[in-house]
Amino acid sequence: MNDLSMTIRGKDRYKSGVMEYKKMGYWEPDYEPKDIDIIALFRVTPQDGVDPIEASAAVAGESSTATWTVVWTDRLTAAEKYRAKCYHVDPVPNSPGQYFAYIAYDLDLFENGSIANLSASIIGNVFGFKPLKALRLEDMRLPVAYVKTFQGPATGIVVERERMDKFGRPLLGATVKPKLGLSGRNYGRVVYEALKGGLDFTKDDENINSQPFMHWRERFLYCMEAVNKAQAATGEIKGTYLNVTAGTMEDMYERAEFAKQLGSVVIMIDLVIGYTAIQSMAKWARRNDMILHLHRAGHSTYTRQRNHGVSFRVIAKWMRLAGVDHIHAGTVVGKLEGDPATTRGYYDICREDHNPMRLEHGVFFEQNWASLNKMMPVASGGIHAGQMHQLLDHLGEDVVLQFGGGTIGHPMGIQAGATANRVALEAMILARNEGRDYLHEGPEILARAAQTCTPLKAALEVWKDVTFNYESTDMPDYAPTASVSM
Amino acid sequence: MRVTQGAFSFLPDLTDEQISAQVQYCLGKGWAVNIEFTDDPHPRNTFWEMWGLPMFDLRDAAGVLMELNECRKVYGNSYIRMSAFDSSPGWESVRLSFLVNRPKDEPGFRLERHEVEGRNIRYTTKSYATDRPEGIRYGGK
Repeated sequence: MNDLSMTIRGKDRYKSGVMEYKKMGYWEPDYEPKDIDIIALFRVTPQDGVDPIEASAAVAGESSTATWTVVWTDRLTAAEKYRAKCYHVDPVPNSPGQYFAYIAYDLDLFENGSIANLSASIIGNVFGFKPLKALRLEDMRLPVAYVKTFQGPATGIVVERERMDKFGRPLLGATVKPKLGLSGRNYGRVVYEALKGGLDFTKDDENINSQPFMHWRERFLYCMEAVNKAQAATGEIKGTYLNVTAGTMEDMYERAEFAKQLGSVVIMIDLVIGYTAIQSMAKWARRNDMILHLHRAGHSTYTRQRNHGVSFRVIAKWMRLAGVDHIHAGTVVGKLEGDPATTRGYYDICREDHNPMRLEHGVFFEQNWASLNKMMPVASGGIHAGQMHQLLDHLGEDVVLQFGGGTIGHPMGIQAGATANRVALEAMILARNEGRDYLHEGPEILARAAQTCTPLKAALEVWKDVTFNYESTDMPDYAPTASVSM
Repeated sequence: MRVTQGAFSFLPDLTDEQISAQVQYCLGKGWAVNIEFTDDPHPRNTFWEMWGLPMFDLRDAAGVLMELNECRKVYGNSYIRMSAFDSSPGWESVRLSFLVNRPKDEPGFRLERHEVEGRNIRYTTKSYATDRPEGIRYGGK
């Protein structure tokens, strides 16, 4: 289907009236993307009867320079340069009616260092375009020239580990539960118990801001009492993600300043504050030696369904550019959406300096991060100590494992819950480093560790049968052996 | 109390055999192992004293264990840690760090609260041991 260009050239191209997008220069099958082009891959589902090439050209047009009719003012510009060019369309394997459209954009279409500007083009008007039933942004290739216009993660994995003085194992965290209703004093109690018991971090939940039951200053004050007390009790650096999400930037800055004044090592924001607010907070975090945690609140409204929206791998790329240090990226085994191969793709995007094309992980493009700091993925939601071997196998070492219910719901109390998780983790790392087949011997390794740790024994007993085995809604389209014809 | 710094502090103290296995893992990755000791275990005391240079060229865990035992002879009642350093581009930092020796008695830390304006508190963590001069803490000499 990738036949010759249909572009009309010369005077006829600018005759007033309506012209098909594929004839206007938005379909250029001979175009070879330049190294400094931004490339986007869309999953296009045209309305019945709409030619897939025309639909894909329309996506290129509507996400760059086109409007519904020919305009003569194009001739006042270097129009051919500014037109996004769809250069390849492939049917999606095993998905009738869906097509992958590869579209190249000239770098001059975008403002340096602005996710807002990038996204306004790429996921702007085009997603409501009538001739399409559905549209999904699957992946993007970001040229180094563009990557280098962004700050990137304020702290990065290496410096975060140095600051926290924690090496060689995943970090451990827990979200305070119940997420709503606790007073500042009660909230701080949970933080103290969890940190003293062995966790590195505790975390505010996404919707804990400043409500009638707990003003934000109360939370910050009691949490920092808890952090410092736990630090003195253990001799270890501890942190709690103080959520500074608020209604205005002024409020967020005020909360962040207070967190800094109290000596917190980390603050937190929610994805729903928006790309520009995220970039502002990342700059603030860099200026103030603060680790910046991002909770991806809201993402599933547009990342989860395979046919429409934006893939989380794109959001992960944008957030690495925007400059957050932590991002929730899935657990594989927990309660929230995430198949193993796709999740692996997200983790690679967060942590590697170079991503090769890996269709089997849903990674469509080679991506060079040009030494931009690495982002720490966070695994949170329905995980417990009994899964430690699987978590380590799926997620690796540079990750924050967050056991909320798996800490606070422990039958012997919060400290015991934390200790169970820490012992399970250390035992698994020790075994892995000793060269044992920890994935298969996992249950045995945990049982052995539990012989000298009653809290772990209790945890393994309570949650022994808990799994979340549901079919994923978002999986890679290619099996490991397939390749695209490019 | 028990200082829980390092990767394995929640497990029973590692035996020399277990330490060897961890060291061998690090050497296998091409990391340089370093022995450090201190009698000031404050959580933000980053720079412990070095027992010689990091062992960049050593490839056998037995040699590292020998050094550790030499170090223990002199600083057996201090904290001693093993760190593995990775010089790969993009990391150039510690990859694994764990305690391999601790004083017989660990008095721990006092949390000092200094009340300032409003309800703010300035916190200071102080090690009981560091009330005495370096070298004669933990009942030494």
